[in-house]
Amino acid sequence: MVRVEFLGPIQKEPLELEITNLNELAKILQEDESMKEWLENSAVAVNDTLVNSRDIALKDGDRVVLLPPVCGG
Amino acid sequence: MLYLYDGALDVPKILKEWYEQEEKSNYGAYIPFVGTVRSEDNIEGLSFDIYEPILNSWFEAWQKKAEAKGAVIKMAHSRGDVMLHESSYIAAVFSPKRRVALEFIDEFVEDFKASAPIWKYDLKGGKRVYALDRSTAIEGSGLLS
Repeated sequence: MVRVEFLGPIQKEPLELEITNLNELAKILQEDESMKEWLENSAVAVNDTLVNSRDIALKDGDRVVLLPPVCGG
Repeated sequence: MLYLYDGALDVPKILKEWYEQEEKSNYGAYIPFVGTVRSEDNIEGLSFDIYEPILNSWFEAWQKKAEAKGAVIKMAHSRGDVMLHESSYIAAVFSPKRRVALEFIDEFVEDFKASAPIWKYDLKGGKRVYALDRSTAIEGSGLLS
């Protein structure tokens, strides 16, 4: 299982999914209307490293987080 | 060093501690930036969420850049609520000469605003309202859209 967490203001409970890459995750989240805007403006990290490509294999125990727009300070 | 606190920062105490940590380190310059919550748009204050694992790695990368120039960066940030005229953020650079510290604090704070995984909310009527219009999408956002 891959755990998917939604950070900051995204009001969504974590998911546990049987997925093997980020393309599969994108497909699942795109079907959720409440995630539409967040998908457009959120960054993605796999095991706490930001990623720039969907072609990343996911394995059992991996953690994916979505990071919406930030504003520290 | 990165320091996270619950609620407002005790600015005089933190600046003094940092000064005392480095006063014998032979740095010629100590340049702090203090961010204070201003009264605007009828807010009562601000509130912050922080995602520490990525904040830590982001900060470590900047610390390495600083070390390469013979400098040190320190940063303090609040978690949770910070009310008007209190401070939520301090960044400081110590360096042998002032020019490095002045340039570094500018670059560091700009990247902090654009990349550090911290989310800001306005406190209005006791509620937290996400400050989307003042927020910046992290580079590479939209990967799953």
